[in-house]
This record gives sequence, structure tokens and C-alpha cells, in this order.
Amino acid sequence: MKTTLRAVMGATALCAISGTAFAQDTVTLTIATVNNGDMIRMQGLSDEFTASHPGIELEWVTLEENVLRQRVTTDVATSGGKHDVQYDVVTVGTYEVPIWGKQGWLVSLNDLPAEYDVDDLLPAIRNGLTVDGELFAAPFYGESSMVMYRTDLIEQAGLEMPDAPTWEFIRQAAEAMTDKEGEVYGICLRGKAGWGENMAFLSAMANSYGARWFDENWQPQFDGEAWKNALTDYLDLMNNFGPPGASSNGFNENLALFQQGKCGMWIDATVAASFVTNGAESKVADQVGFALAPDMGLGKRGNWLWAWSLGIPSGSQKVDAAKEFIAWATSKEYTALIAEKEGWANVPPGTRKSLYENPEYQKVPFAQMTLESIQAADPTNPTVDPVPYTGVQFVAIPEFQGIGTLVGQQFSAALAGQISAEQALQNAQQLTTREMTRAGYID
Amino acid sequence: MARAITPRRKAITTVIAWTIGLLIFFPIFWTVLTSFKTEAEAVATPPRFLMFDWTLENYATVQERSNYFRHFWNSVVISLGSTVIGLIIAIPAAWAMAFVPGKRTKDVLMWMLSTKMLPPVGVLVPLYLLFRDTGLLDTRTGLVIVLTLINLPIIIWMLYTYFREIPGEILEAARMDGATLRSEILYVLTPMAVPGIASTLLLNVILAWNEAFWTLNLTAANAAPLTAFIASYSSPEGLFYAKLSAASTMAIAPILILGWFSQKQLVRGLTFGAVK
Amino acid sequence: MATKASKTAARLMISPAVILLLMWMIVPLAMTVYFSLLRYNLLMPGMESWAGFENYQYFFSDPAFTSALVNTLLLVGGVLFVSVVGGVLIALLLDQDFWGQGIVRLLVLAPFFVMPTVSALVWKNMFMNPVNGIFAWLFKSVGLQPFDFLTAAPLMSIIGIVSWQWLPFASLILLTAMQSLDSEQLEAAEMDGAPPLKRFWFIILPHLSRAITVVILIETIFLLSVFAEILVTTNGGPGTATTNLTFLVYVQSLLQFDVGLGSAGGVVAIILANIVAIFLMRMIGKNLDA
Repeated sequence: MKTTLRAVMGATALCAISGTAFAQDTVTLTIATVNNGDMIRMQGLSDEFTASHPGIELEWVTLEENVLRQRVTTDVATSGGKHDVQYDVVTVGTYEVPIWGKQGWLVSLNDLPAEYDVDDLLPAIRNGLTVDGELFAAPFYGESSMVMYRTDLIEQAGLEMPDAPTWEFIRQAAEAMTDKEGEVYGICLRGKAGWGENMAFLSAMANSYGARWFDENWQPQFDGEAWKNALTDYLDLMNNFGPPGASSNGFNENLALFQQGKCGMWIDATVAASFVTNGAESKVADQVGFALAPDMGLGKRGNWLWAWSLGIPSGSQKVDAAKEFIAWATSKEYTALIAEKEGWANVPPGTRKSLYENPEYQKVPFAQMTLESIQAADPTNPTVDPVPYTGVQFVAIPEFQGIGTLVGQQFSAALAGQISAEQALQNAQQLTTREMTRAGYID
Repeated sequence: MARAITPRRKAITTVIAWTIGLLIFFPIFWTVLTSFKTEAEAVATPPRFLMFDWTLENYATVQERSNYFRHFWNSVVISLGSTVIGLIIAIPAAWAMAFVPGKRTKDVLMWMLSTKMLPPVGVLVPLYLLFRDTGLLDTRTGLVIVLTLINLPIIIWMLYTYFREIPGEILEAARMDGATLRSEILYVLTPMAVPGIASTLLLNVILAWNEAFWTLNLTAANAAPLTAFIASYSSPEGLFYAKLSAASTMAIAPILILGWFSQKQLVRGLTFGAVK
Repeated sequence: MATKASKTAARLMISPAVILLLMWMIVPLAMTVYFSLLRYNLLMPGMESWAGFENYQYFFSDPAFTSALVNTLLLVGGVLFVSVVGGVLIALLLDQDFWGQGIVRLLVLAPFFVMPTVSALVWKNMFMNPVNGIFAWLFKSVGLQPFDFLTAAPLMSIIGIVSWQWLPFASLILLTAMQSLDSEQLEAAEMDGAPPLKRFWFIILPHLSRAITVVILIETIFLLSVFAEILVTTNGGPGTATTNLTFLVYVQSLLQFDVGLGSAGGVVAIILANIVAIFLMRMIGKNLDA
């Protein structure tokens, strides 16, 4: 009797042990991502991944960009690579990766399998995600900015958009296309304050004017001629030919305006191309042309560079599974899968050379211009004059989010007509000097 | 109202009251309406009122993208849980303050209310560290704790003001009859206090349901309520008004319906001692 | 009425609430005060050092500080004004006899249930947008230039949005209070020939004064930390036109992850909130001490 009991107990214990062992076989990855179209599509294809990778389950947390950044940064920074983290895979941009990589908060992805073909990544994008030879995040999609314009309106105006326009031409075209009575505004640009909103556009624009955020000694440069010219021209464009309420327009608001046919031109993220040419959402889908972001003949164009990428926080306990997922989501096979399911126009753009060599993809109207725009941006050498920082439309230092937003508020006030351009620049210079002094970059 | 009212006057009042009521309600009506439009129609000018192709597509898209019911259930557990626990702590406290007031009662009450003025953004990092070390991050327990503490002062205060309106003589009469403290609370106070407790409960469920700072910042996947659900619909993905409207409708509807059905109870106790 | 035993019992009954709230207040507060004296940026680990009052000095010398203070007061004051005046008017109206009273009351109550983020998004995009919004369409259909709400009057617009959310609350409390008014008193006044305005001023308004203080107290608590509405609509701009204290602390502590500075800002905000609280308590104390 006793032995049977013992045997039963032993069996139960064994069962329990094997039970837990079995449970450990399934790993659940928590993935934090931003609610952009391409990521939502990826989430929709979870089943494809879990089917080919039994034992890994996916749990998605999809959030609006600002909320996501705040959540993920808090999580990763408080962990510091030592404590447990909430997320096993995080969506980070080219701004975060250099800073976090340097802190050791992200797991190096140098050991991804050979099929991943890391050499296929576009060099501009890869550089932005590499710190001291270590790739810290795998690009999911890359974007630059370019001019999107209405082919019908520019024809009516008797003009022809060059592939590489100058700011002067943009002004001329904006003037010719504006018809305020008919609610067509020559140009739509970002105006809502924020480092990722108006400052992304304005920093990139200023680069083409020969301006920069800091000189080589981290001295803020808003008191220079170049910034003054850039800001004055921006205000001139927007006040004369821009839509009303521009100072609270971000990417989204402008997209809505363009899709309704209310903008002649719009200079913004290259990913918008697939939205404005999508007939289901856009009234002007068949009348959109693309051109490189404008320049001033100084050797730099006013386009930025960004890559939403997938990384693994150092505190994660599920690094191996997370790597498997990342290698899948940013692979060539994933691209082929999307092409098959949704068409070539909808594949995540801007990360791999092979995509742009694919004859099928070359038929997509904005493919070539996107590639050229990305190649025209150089985050390690973003400005006409040398700078101590990397990043085209941002400065890859931790203080930038705050400084960028404060300066953005000043420029947005200038656009709203509350203060003059001179005043805005003077305030920007003061604010930035103050913050940089506090952070110890300058005395 | 015993005053005689002419039909003419009643008609005029009706028109004015309905106009104002509809104006105030219009944004919600418009959101619900937009949720049945296509994205292109959602931004059409002139705005389309009823003549458009009604579609349920937005709801399908929203449900496909995020598991509404899980978020909904989290919201229910968190808001009800924090309110019920809050009530359990608050009822004795408010009872004592109302019926055995001391010299400091008022000060204590005001001090409690002042804890509600702590700006959440300033204490996020300390609290986050605390939650991480106690393993409360992304748990419903953690959120219930925070929301209980946040809303406790309001609960106590509402109950206190309500209890104070219960005439003390009734209690004394009960005591004369030899009622014990327990039976005093159970048989005399409770029936009189139910409307107050009910409306406190409702108000706090509403407040907890809509709390969007802590619920967003202390959760990830498992405990995220509807506020997190909404946070994934408000940005760059092409036109989004219709999808946002659908998600908003789904997030507001449960609490709106609850509020409407229990409106009488809510209002009856929502006096904060102001009616006297 | 209070015996010694019942006093002890009362203490016992209050203590859980008091202890919990004390902990809730002291633990984060102590941590915040401690952090506020450090140089501590979450994004630069290993650099923590004692800073003394440097963070405070820096916070107070922020050029946005004064305007944030003013904006906070304007926002609280503005919303209180709109919701109290509007609330009294609506309560007067709903107190009348008319058809469909119950339904109108439901309609008026509804905005109170809407999450702040949702209401900000809806107002910004579907109503106030100068190109696509319904207001713009209304302006244009009567031949006017659309008013550009968030640029030309950003703070007013935000006050409007927040007021819409709080008006129902005020209306309801005031309506309940009004319904408790002794109608005989009003009738007597009417018989005496007192005109409506006088009746309102001398009978109704004094009767409502307690309810009004309650509305002010509760709303102030919530209005001091308005945040989502600002983040969604204007991001604190243009300039610092819509930056309130909460938003300022947000820019410093959650955008820069400068925990030291953010904590200093948090401490300042708590102190200011308590000053407001003391004022309110005086007011309430006078008014509620029946």
C-alpha cells in the first residue's frame, strides 16, 4: 500500500516536472511596436510566424508613437540591462539606437544567421543602427523625406517639377498652385511643435541651408545667418501658400489634407507615398508625382533619414527566441510574403538593396525616388559644416528630445504669428544654450 | 413643482432644453456616426450626415488588430476592483468621521483631498522603480492598488458628506433600544446609506475607467485596459478618423451605457453634502 | 454623543484609510524629494551625484515657468468659470417642466463619460480643424473665413474642450441642489411680486452656494493636472501658450528623462497645488460648515 502510494506520488511529481518542462518549451515574446501601417500588417501575420516557429508565441503591444517611446524608454532605462524588462522586442528608431547601444541596453545582433544577409542592408540605414561595429537593431522599414506633388496642378500652373528641385523652385511652384478660394494650398508642411514633428522637418531643411544645431564645440548655432534664412523662408512659404491652422499640423493632419486634394505639394516622409497613392483613401491617388527634397546648391538636401527597427533590451530573458523573431520580421522572406499577400507597393520599404534590384518592385511609382532620397541622406555627416553629432533631423544625444520640443514650440509660435522669426531664433538660442550648459556640454 | 405652467411656456422650454442637450451631445453622436463611415467619407466636406454608405468595416478592423474583450475585461476588473476595495476602506473611515467627529476631522479630510493633487508626471519614475522591484508592473493588482489610492480621498469625502446627512437622532434611538455598533451599522445605517454608496461606487468606476496616465504607464500587455487600446489608434497610419471613432465608440460605450442606466442612482448621491 | 469607547472605535475605523494615504503620500513624495536633490538622468546611468538645490534653481529660472504658472491658473479658472456659470444656467433650464426631461438630462450628462484623449482627438480633428472641421464648414457656409482655433486662441480652445468634459458634472450637482430648494419659498417670493432675476439672485443663488463650492473643489483637483488634452492638441505650443505646469514637468522628466529636474518640478507643483488647496479649504470650511 505504502509503495503504491509512493509510486503514485512519484508519478505525479514526474508529471508535474515534465509539465513545467513542457510549459517552458513555449516562450511568449512581448513585442512593443508603433501603430504604423507596416507594423500593423506584421502583427496581422503573427500566425505565419508561429506556424513556422512552434514553441514561440507572440504578444503584441501596439501604441501611438509618443506613448510607445515613453513606455519603452522608461522600461529599458530603469532596467539598465540589469533588471527584468516588460518587453522582449522593442521598436526603436535611429535616434534611440546609437544612445542605447552605447549604454549597453540593447543586445548585439551581429550573430544573426547567415540567411539574414546583413550586407544586403542599405549602408545609410545600417550605419545609423551600428555602434562600434555592433548592429544593435534590425531595420524594419526605412524612410527619408521627399517632395510629393500634384502632377495635374503643376501642369495647370505651366511648370515642370525637376527630379531635384531647389527651394527657389518650390516657392515658385507653391505660389503658382495656390488657389485659396478653391481651398488648394500650394504647400503643406509640418508646424505642430515637437522634436519629431516640426523640428524633424525644419532641422532637415536647415541642413540644406547650411545651418546646423551645434558647431564642433557644441555651441548652439541659432544665432547664425543660415538658420535665419531657413526659418524666414519656411515662414514665408507657409504664411503665403500654406493651409490655415498649420501650426498644429503634424504628419497626420497634412496627410489628410493631401489625400483630399488640398495641397499642391507636401514635403514629408517617403512612407506617405503608399498612402497618397492608395485609391481607397486618397482622392488624388492617380495625380501624385515625387521628387527629391529641395536644396540650395550647397551640397546637402533637406531630407531626413529614419528607420524603425527591432531591437532586444539587454534585460530580456528570451534573447534567442527574440532573435528568431527579428530575423524573420526583417528578412527577405518576409518582404516576399507581404508582396504575395498585399502587393509590392505595400512591402516595408527602404532597408535592403535587393528590394530595389527587384524588377517587380521597380514598377512601384515611388520606389526609385525613395531609394534615391535615402541614399542622399548621411546621418554621420549631415550638414554642410562639420558637426560633433550624428543624425540628420535630430541630434543623437539624450537631451535632444527635450531641447527639440522646446525649440519646436518657439518655431511653432513664429508660424502662428505670435513672435517674429528673429525672436524665435533668439529664444531658441537661449533655451538651447541653457540646456546644453546644464548637461555639461558647454560652460 | 406645483406652479402652473402654460403650455406655451412649456413648449418654449422644451425647444431650448433639447437644443442645448443636443448641442452638448453632438460630438459624441458625431463620433459614433463617423465610426460607420469609410475613411474618405469621414473627412468629406461638406460633412455627410446620414446619407453615406454605412459600414461596419472599421469595427472589424479594430477587433482584428487588438483584442477588445481582453482590454475591456481589464478595464472592468481594474475599475470595479479599485472602487470596491476603496469602499471597504472608506466606509468605516467616513462613518467614523461623520458620526464621531473630532476636532481634527475636517483637517484630516482636507489633507486626504490634498493628496490627490500630487501631479502624476512628477512621481512616475519613483513609482515605476517601486513597482518594478515589487513585481507589480503590468499586473491588474498593481493598477488596482494605484487607482484605489488615487480615488480613496474622493470616495471618503463623498461618503462622509452623505453620511452626515443621516440624522443623528435615528442612531440615538437605535442605541436606546440597545443596538450594538454592528447592528447599528447593519440595520440602521446601511439602508439609509445605500444610495450614497451606490452613487460613490458609480462615480469612482467612471473615474477609474477613464484614468489614462497610470494605466498606460504601468502596463504592457497583460493588464492593459481600454485606455491603452485607444492609445494605439491616434496616429500616423493614413486617414484614421473612422477607425479612431470606432475604437472610441467601443471604449466609451460600456461606461456610457452604465452611466445612463444608473443615472438616477448616480445623481441621487452626487450631492457632496451640498444639498441641505 | 461620542463616548470614549466609540471614539476609540472611530479611530480604529479611520486608521486604515489614513495609514494607506499617508504611505501613498510619503513614499513617492520622499523619493521625489530625494531625487530632486540629485543630478540624475535615467538615460545616463552611473552619473548620479548630489546636486543640492541646483535642480530647483534651474526649474525656477526656466523662461517657461512663469507662463506655465499663469496658464495653469487661467486653465483652472477658465474651466471653472465656464462650467459653473454654464452649469447654473443648464440646471435652471433642466429644473423647468418640459417634455423629454429624462432624455435631455442623459444627453447633457454624456460628455462626462468620455476619456480625455478621445475628446481631445475628436475636438481637434473633427471640429476645430480649420480645413476639415465642422466649425470651419459652418463658418464657410455663412461666408466667413474659418476661425483657426488652436493657432489663434490655443488656450481658449483647450479651455473649451476641457469645459465640455466638466460641464455635465457641474450641471448635475447644481441641478440636484436646485431640486432640493423649497418650492414654497420661491412661490411665496413670486406672490410677493419679486421679479425672476431677484428671485434668482436672493433665493436660488444663495441656496446653490454650497453646491458651487463643491463643484469648484472637485474640479480644481482634476484641472490642476490636465495633460492629455494638451499633448494631443498643441503639444504645449505654439510657443508656450498652452504649457501648464504638468506639461512642463512632462517635458523635463519624461522627454529628457531628467529625473532630478522632473522631481524638482514635481515638488514645486505639489507645493503650489497645496497652496491652492489651502485657499479652497478656507472657502469650503466657511461654506460647508453647516
